[in-house]
Amino acid sequence: MNEEQVLKKLTEKFPFLNGNIRIARARRLFAEVPRANFREIMEYAHGELGFTMLCTITGVDDGGTIGFIYHFAAFNGVILNVKYGVPKDKPVTRTVSDLFPSAEMYEREIIDLLGAKIEGLKEGRRYPLPEDWPECQYPLRKDWDPKKGAGKEEVNKNG
Amino acid sequence: MGKVTIPIGPQHPALKEPESFAITLDGEKIVHMNVNIGYNHRGIEKSCEGRTYTQAMYILERVCGICSHTHATCFIQGVEEIAGLEVPKRGLYIRTMIAELERMHSHLLWLGVAGHEVGFDTLLMYSWRDREIVMDLLELVSGNRVNYGMNVLGGARRDISPEQAKEILKGMDLLEERTKYYIQVASEEVTLIKRLSKVGYLSHEDALKLGTIGPTGRASGVDTDTRRDDPYAAYPELKFKVVTDNHNDVYGRVIVRLGELIESYNMVRQLVNNLPEGPISVKAPRKIGPGEAVSRYEAPRGEDIHYIKANGTEKPERVKVRAPTLANVQSVAKMLENGYLADVPIVIAAIDPCFSCTDRMIFSIKNPDGKATGSMDWKALREYSIEWHKKQGVDFSKAKIR
Repeated sequence: MNEEQVLKKLTEKFPFLNGNIRIARARRLFAEVPRANFREIMEYAHGELGFTMLCTITGVDDGGTIGFIYHFAAFNGVILNVKYGVPKDKPVTRTVSDLFPSAEMYEREIIDLLGAKIEGLKEGRRYPLPEDWPECQYPLRKDWDPKKGAGKEEVNKNG
Repeated sequence: MGKVTIPIGPQHPALKEPESFAITLDGEKIVHMNVNIGYNHRGIEKSCEGRTYTQAMYILERVCGICSHTHATCFIQGVEEIAGLEVPKRGLYIRTMIAELERMHSHLLWLGVAGHEVGFDTLLMYSWRDREIVMDLLELVSGNRVNYGMNVLGGARRDISPEQAKEILKGMDLLEERTKYYIQVASEEVTLIKRLSKVGYLSHEDALKLGTIGPTGRASGVDTDTRRDDPYAAYPELKFKVVTDNHNDVYGRVIVRLGELIESYNMVRQLVNNLPEGPISVKAPRKIGPGEAVSRYEAPRGEDIHYIKANGTEKPERVKVRAPTLANVQSVAKMLENGYLADVPIVIAAIDPCFSCTDRMIFSIKNPDGKATGSMDWKALREYSIEWHKKQGVDFSKAKIR
């Protein structure tokens, strides 16, 4: 199924996506979807359209929101990038690791680096920041200044 | 006997890189395994956001010491896509040639490490000696053994001369002959076959479920290769086959990588023989975007993926890097389930986790007058080293070397 067919199938099944999916070039689709519909779109793409591989998840600081971009790949080289945003003051979403076990590390990365909360993720060690990294310091947020550091020195002095 | 959990790493003689494993054992058998990584986080993605596209390219080239070209290329492909740059064919051919030469040195390095991990050190010595052929070619073409810096935004940095092309072709013939010998060793040497068969078993279904990629996935019959499925650079014009295997174990991973070496030699021959005439690069704008792109690249270890978001300035808004090891490391726990403790090093090595290596270099140094810089040959380097140590109070001048 090429990118045109994927676009057609998706807009047929989810009419509200009309105008929210664009083909950037051959084999590249970018879709912006409402948070509430993400799960069903993902399940449809996984089950019906052959997007069985999750390449990675990108977290983006978009100012007022934290964006999640899921990069799904099919075996014929087509990549479907599905994006939704959650408000920065309440950056909560649900895990996809039940459908894609490989998502676990990608989700932990977003928790550590962008301060998202991901419900349903199984217990485990943080990744990739060190264990003594201070709380509420999210390096990939735009307002986090690498020059100031994490204030880790002070934390170590106190503790 | 009760179950015992032992920690291995982050610093351990069997590991080449900081990573840690909590292995639960029932006797010698592994019951469960937890993998912990993240000891090497350097904040490269954040650091790219504060730098221009060209600076970011050089930083990304340093993500890995073995497959440095992969990250730099993966990144600029995405940037070029956003900027709408059409890279000249000759530039693309040179980029692809470096990519395949890099795969050769990476796979030959891996073959040696695999031999070493199972106590077959002759294989290590042989394959690393042969690896020097391709290292010398990379040095000849780019000036460097690692971190080639062969990319610029819009093309390649250096051209290939007809003399260099001749040397490359000579090297391919030599390497092909050697690799055919290794294939013979891998298919006839009983000790090697027995040691690697059924070790680190990863079924086709598990490989698919865990998103295993690259040679590790292909050795479990996962028929994916970005070079064929989502072609980039000069790959649409090359003839090659994707090597897969159904052994699903470490032995299969050896076969796949040896097969890929032969394919790489043929690809480089095609590239050299059909090198198009013309410029090697186009001028790129300093400000890029706005726009976004997802770039893929088949690195020696599997698919590299970069997401780049540009905001119309000189610096990227967001760069996301997914190196193949992160996708593959999750399969290690599955491979080792019901395996033996003694197999841990080879099974970990068999996914070819990326570790940096420092190689020999031409020592670049200031002349005594402090003005010009020059390079040193081995003799001068040795003399310099003896002088340096003398100042520290140790005299090596009597030490004999061949």
